[in-house]
Amino acid sequence: MNAKKDYVRPIDFKHGRVDMTHGGGGRAMAQLIEELFLRAFDNEWLRPMNDQARVPVAAGRLAMSTDGHVVSPLFFPGGDIGCLSVHGTINDVAMAGAAPLYLSAAFVLEEGFPLADLKRIVESMAEAARSAGVPIVTGDTKVVERGKADGVFITTTAVGVVPEGVDISGERARPGDRILLSGSIGDHGIAVMSKRENLSFETTIESDTAALHGLVAAMLRAVPDIHCLRDPTRGGLATALNELAHQSGVGMQIEEAHIPVRPEVAAACEFLGLDPLYVANEGKLVAICAAPDADALLAAMRAHPLGAQAAIVGGVYDDPHRFVQMRTAFGGSRIVDWLTGEQLPRIC
Amino acid sequence: MIPYLDEFRDGKLAQVIAARIVDEVLPGRRYRLMEFCGGHTHAIFRYGVQDLLPPAVELIHGPGCPVCVLPVGRIDNAIELARRPGVILASYADMLRVPASGGMSLLKARAQGADVRMVYAASDALKLAQDNPQREVVFFAIGFETTTPPTALVIRQAAGLGLRNFTVFCNHVLTPPAMAAIVDSPDGAGSDLDGFIGPAHVSTVIGTQPYEQFVAQFDKPVVIAGFEPLDVLQAVLMLVRQINAGRALVENEYSRAVTPEGNRKAQAAMADVFELRDAFEWRGLGLLPHSALRIRERYAAIDAEKRFAVPPIAAHDHKACECGAVLRGVIKPQECKVFGTVCTPDNPIGACMVSSEGACAAWYSYGRLGRAQA
Repeated sequence: MNAKKDYVRPIDFKHGRVDMTHGGGGRAMAQLIEELFLRAFDNEWLRPMNDQARVPVAAGRLAMSTDGHVVSPLFFPGGDIGCLSVHGTINDVAMAGAAPLYLSAAFVLEEGFPLADLKRIVESMAEAARSAGVPIVTGDTKVVERGKADGVFITTTAVGVVPEGVDISGERARPGDRILLSGSIGDHGIAVMSKRENLSFETTIESDTAALHGLVAAMLRAVPDIHCLRDPTRGGLATALNELAHQSGVGMQIEEAHIPVRPEVAAACEFLGLDPLYVANEGKLVAICAAPDADALLAAMRAHPLGAQAAIVGGVYDDPHRFVQMRTAFGGSRIVDWLTGEQLPRIC
Repeated sequence: MIPYLDEFRDGKLAQVIAARIVDEVLPGRRYRLMEFCGGHTHAIFRYGVQDLLPPAVELIHGPGCPVCVLPVGRIDNAIELARRPGVILASYADMLRVPASGGMSLLKARAQGADVRMVYAASDALKLAQDNPQREVVFFAIGFETTTPPTALVIRQAAGLGLRNFTVFCNHVLTPPAMAAIVDSPDGAGSDLDGFIGPAHVSTVIGTQPYEQFVAQFDKPVVIAGFEPLDVLQAVLMLVRQINAGRALVENEYSRAVTPEGNRKAQAAMADVFELRDAFEWRGLGLLPHSALRIRERYAAIDAEKRFAVPPIAAHDHKACECGAVLRGVIKPQECKVFGTVCTPDNPIGACMVSSEGACAAWYSYGRLGRAQA
């Protein structure tokens, strides 16, 4: 008697859907991991398929950050939840000036979610991780019943190494420092809004989602003593500046006329009643440095493709109230306050 | 679109107009000007218009913020409607956070299980009803004359379609009676106002004529202005000139959109669907005769007040809240005891702290700098 040859029917990535067995710990889950995640993310640390990745550690300080992604819709102009979940977490580590080394990814999948969409998302993550040079070395998959999630939620964690002598932290802004912005604001939020179910409008705006560690490395080569870095994601530039002002116990003043806003973004904000200062970004950063370093830092930012439109947008002042103020292009001034409530839910 | 808008936010032009205002204000004279509309209040704070004006010109923020003037009882009514089984209550975003009785709000009711949806337009509410035939959709309609014509249109559409699961809880109010009530208030607080900046969008619907009667009756100039900061500056200049000349006329700064007769089609749709209420309660202003609209008998099937027998609720504002005095321009937001302490945009006690068009929210978010430095 001849034993039959092993045959496993490949997963139908065209028409198949996530079901409860894909998270059940059995053969279906192993197959999904092997045929989708491992194939897309493939690297020497993930390949052994252990419950953990064992990676070499560099000497020095580790920076570590984790971020859950629940963006709706999952696919938007210029990106999707996959590349966003890679860029977002890399950027959080990069904002310490760290060189990101490894990523982990945990998926919560909703029963019934099309496997074709999942494949597209996973491949987008793989591509984002590859071009960033940061491998996804471990992960997890869970499936919840239909209606208990919204398609897919992705949580990623990144670790990186902080170079010797770099001390970037939100409480280091000092009166006299200058505030720099790497480019136009509001692109990501408006791109996502434009595809919202109850709000769709035609636009050419694309999300700015991008990994910023290359830009940060270039900035650190020019100015090793950057005081603060922050990526203005949820809540936008206004929120990032308020956080920094609060942490450092200082006031800030920005110049509206110096803040780059794409005309399409300004137009969309106008009819949606939004203020671009509060709209999310996923590929921009705010940097604060001592005034004598500002020009060198600006030049380094502008020399990098992700900082081509960088500008010095304001300065840091002594202010016990820790207000962020803005000189309006109109000639008046006003406070740029913390965001109230929730302007744009589920933007990342 | 934007290059066109930029013209109305041009800083250099602003300096020119501001310099003219400085030149023309008379020494020793004060100019207390009320911008009626929350859209103007928002623009004034967002662009820092007051910074360009001489100290003699004081801008008083009026009640033209739709969510601010709605009395608590009507919000209690809306929450009660939203909690009925099978009901979807649809409303504009700002309305969701306005405090009702007992610290409740539509947003909190939603967290407790009521089906409250945020819509951007009246037509979205109608679509909700079409998409959910087994549910009862109630549109919580609020606003001045600007948002009234779209409500009229969806009521007519719903009637035409024979939709049985769509009703409107009508809370539309009128601008001219509120302006009159401010000037004519029993405590005399409004009598020392020198002039009004009239609303932009409202006037595109009703035109300039309805203000003529106001001007004739109260002898205060009205300049209708657009919502861009240059519009506001120009309106201030026009008011200063009228006041200096002892004139009280209706002038139209916003001639690019407002005509004397307004939008006849919109007026016809409103007249078809709505009629004047005998009286309506306004937060801060009290019961004002002929100041609001209700749905006519011929559209009674779409009137939520009739379908659900909505009862009048006499609810009171929070004791410490002085929204009423703020809405009438009697006190400035920061003069309210709870402003910026227990009442903040994150934890509003009164409606004026909710909407970005509310005087308290605008002052808190954009303007408390001056207070902090003073």
